[in-house]
Amino acid sequence: MLRIRLHGRGGQGIRTAAQILGSALFAEGFEVQDAPRYGAERRGAPIVAYVRAAHAPIDERGTIANPDLVLVADASLFQVPTAGVLQGIGARVALLIATTEDAAVWRARLALAGPIFSFDPGADPAHAATALVGAAARMLGVIRREILGAALGEELRGLDVHKQRSSLMRALEAYDAFGVHGGAVGEAADASARDYTAPQWIDMFLDPVSIAAPDLHASATSVQVRTGAWRTRRPVIDYAHCHRCSWICSTLCPDSAIAVDADRTPRIDYDHCKGCMVCVTVCPAHAISAAPEPRGESPPAALPGVAA
Amino acid sequence: MNRVLLTGNSAAAWAARLAAADYVPAFPITPQTGIIESLAGWIESGSMPARLVMFESEHSMLAAAGAAAATGVRVFTATSSQGLLYAMEMLYATAGWRAPFVMVNVSRGVASPVTLESDHNDILAARDSGFLQIHCATCQEVLDAVLIAYCLAEDARVRLPVLVNQDGFLLSFTREPVALPDAGAVARFLPAFDSMGIEFRASRPISQAVAVLGGSPYSYFRYQMQLALQGAAGVYDEVAQAFASEFGRSYPQVEAYRCEDAEVVFFMTGAFSTRARAAVDRLREAGQRVGLVRPRLFRPFPAAQLRRLMSGRRAIAVLDQNISLGKGGVLATELASVLYGMPEAPLIAEFIGGLGGRDIAPEEFYQMAKVALDAADSGITPAPRMLYTETEMREMRKLQSIAIAERHELRGAP
Repeated sequence: MLRIRLHGRGGQGIRTAAQILGSALFAEGFEVQDAPRYGAERRGAPIVAYVRAAHAPIDERGTIANPDLVLVADASLFQVPTAGVLQGIGARVALLIATTEDAAVWRARLALAGPIFSFDPGADPAHAATALVGAAARMLGVIRREILGAALGEELRGLDVHKQRSSLMRALEAYDAFGVHGGAVGEAADASARDYTAPQWIDMFLDPVSIAAPDLHASATSVQVRTGAWRTRRPVIDYAHCHRCSWICSTLCPDSAIAVDADRTPRIDYDHCKGCMVCVTVCPAHAISAAPEPRGESPPAALPGVAA
Repeated sequence: MNRVLLTGNSAAAWAARLAAADYVPAFPITPQTGIIESLAGWIESGSMPARLVMFESEHSMLAAAGAAAATGVRVFTATSSQGLLYAMEMLYATAGWRAPFVMVNVSRGVASPVTLESDHNDILAARDSGFLQIHCATCQEVLDAVLIAYCLAEDARVRLPVLVNQDGFLLSFTREPVALPDAGAVARFLPAFDSMGIEFRASRPISQAVAVLGGSPYSYFRYQMQLALQGAAGVYDEVAQAFASEFGRSYPQVEAYRCEDAEVVFFMTGAFSTRARAAVDRLREAGQRVGLVRPRLFRPFPAAQLRRLMSGRRAIAVLDQNISLGKGGVLATELASVLYGMPEAPLIAEFIGGLGGRDIAPEEFYQMAKVALDAADSGITPAPRMLYTETEMREMRKLQSIAIAERHELRGAP
C-alpha cells in the first residue's frame, strides 16, 4: 500500500491536493482513500491530509503513522510540534518540502537520513499545494501526465477557468521538473504481527483534580500564541489612502489584531493577525490590500507596485 | 456499476436522494454539515425534489422530523454529538409516535472537554430511545444502510425511526470507492412510502401520542415498542436478503470476519473495526487463529447471533470506543449480558480505546489479541485497560506543565 501524508495550512488547498492525488490514483486503477484531518476550521491553522492507494480493498484508515511520502506545503510547520510533520519519518521515507532553501539545508537542519526534495513554491505560498501534487505524482511513478491533468480538472471544477488553467500549469510544470525523481517513493511493508514491538501501555492513575480538570484559569494566554504564523497572506495598509475613519477595520477584525492610535491611524498586530482578510474586504477607502506572506524573510515594506 | 470516490457524508446524502426523501429538517454541526450541504445544493438546483428546512436547534429539528413522518411523507435528517444529546428528549418522544424516519448520526466525542473526532458515546446515549440502530464501518455501508433503514423503519411490523451511525472524520470526511446504486434499482428495492393510515393533517385534528396515566396503559405502549424492536431483527434479515439480491452486497446483522476456527475474536463496532480486519489478516499470517465479530445492527441487539458466533471461542477482546463513566465499556457489558449462563462462555478482556478519535495502532490490536489469549490460558480475567501509552502521557504532562506555568505567571499579572 502507498501511504502519503500532506501537511499545510488551512487555505493552501491541502484537502484538495489530497483529493487530486486520490482521484488520479483511482483513475490509474488503484483502490484509494483520501481524507483531511483538522481541528479549528480556520485559514492558516495546521492541517494534515492522508492518501492511501493499493491494489486490494483498503482496511486501514485514519492517521498515517508510517508514511512512504510526506509533502510539506509550508516549511514553518516544522516548528509546530502539534502539526506532527516529522512523525514516522524513517530512513526510507521521501520528504518533499515547498521552500526557497536547498534540500541539503533541510537535511542538515532536520538530521534526517531519508531522501529530501525541495522546490521553490514561487511568490505565493498559497499556491504551493498544486505544485506539490504535480511533483508528488511524478515521484510516485504510477500516475501518467494526462491522468494527473484530468484529476486536477475534476477536483477544481468549481474554480474559474483562469484559476483552473494556472493550477494545471503549475502542477504539470512540477510534474515535468521532477522527471528525474520518478519512482523515488517505495512502499513500506505492513506492520508484522510476528515480531512487533509491544505498545508501552501504562495503567492510568488518578491525578489531583487541580490538574485533572480541563481548565484554563487565565484570560490572556492567547497573547502567547503567535497565530500570525498561520497567515498565507497578509493585509497591508496603504496609509496614503487610509481615511483614518478609525473604527471599521479595527471593529470588524475577528481577532482584535488592529489597534488604533490616538491620531486614528490603524496598526496591524502581525503577531496575531491570522490573515482572514476581513479588513481588506470591509475597508471603505480600499486602502488595505492582500499580499503573499513571505516565509523566513522580512515583511514587505509596502504593497508590490506601490511606492513605500 | 458506477464506482465513485465519496465521503461518508456524501454517501449519506446520496442515499437520502436515492431514497427520494421528501422532507429534510436540518441543523448543522461538525462533522455532519457536509450531508446537509450536499442535500441543500441538490434541492436548490432542482435535482432532488424535496423540501429542506433549517431549524433553530436539533430539538426542534427532531420534532419536525417526527411530525412530518406522521403526515406520511419520507423524512431524512442528520446530526452529531452534542446535537444528538440536545435532541434526546425528542428522540424518545418521536420513537413513541411510531412514525418512521431515518436519521444519520456522525459520531463525535461528547463534551466536556469539547472535541471533534469520533467516539461512540453520542450514539450509545440513544441506545434506549426506541430508535433502531445500524452502525457502519465503510462509506459503502453508510449509503446501503440508509436504504435498508427506510425499508426497515416503514415496515408495518416495525414502524419505528432508525439511526444510522457513521464515524466522524474516519468516514464522514474520508473518500473511498463507493458503488452508487442505479435509481431504478433503488426504486425496486425501496418502493414509495405506503403510509397505511398515517395521515396527520393540518385542520384535521387528531391527538397523537396522548398522555396516559396509571401505569398500565403506559406499560402496554412501551412494551409494544419493545416487541416491535425485537421483531425488527427478523424483518432486518428479510430486508438484507432483498438488498443482497438487488445489489449483490450482503449485510448480515453481525459481520464475522475469518471466525471459522478462531480462538480469539475482536468485538467492536464502527469504522476502526476495518483496522481490526487488517490486524486479523496480519495475525493470521503470523499463524494465530484470530477473527473479528462486529455487530452492524446494534438495536435490536443481535443476541442470538452473538451467542452462536461466540460459542467455542477461548477469549474475546472487546474494544469499546466509548465509556459508561462509573461502569466501563458499553459493548463489554452488553456482550457479557448475552453470554451469561452460556456453558463454557469465553473469557472477556475489556479494552477502552479510540476515545475522541485517538488512533489505534496495528501493534495495539496484536497486543490485545495476546492479552486475551494469555488470559484464556491462565483463566484469569485481566483488569479493564484503556489504550494509552507512555509517550502519550509524556505529551500530556508537557501540555499540563505549560498550562500550569501560565497559570502561575498570569496569577501574578495585574
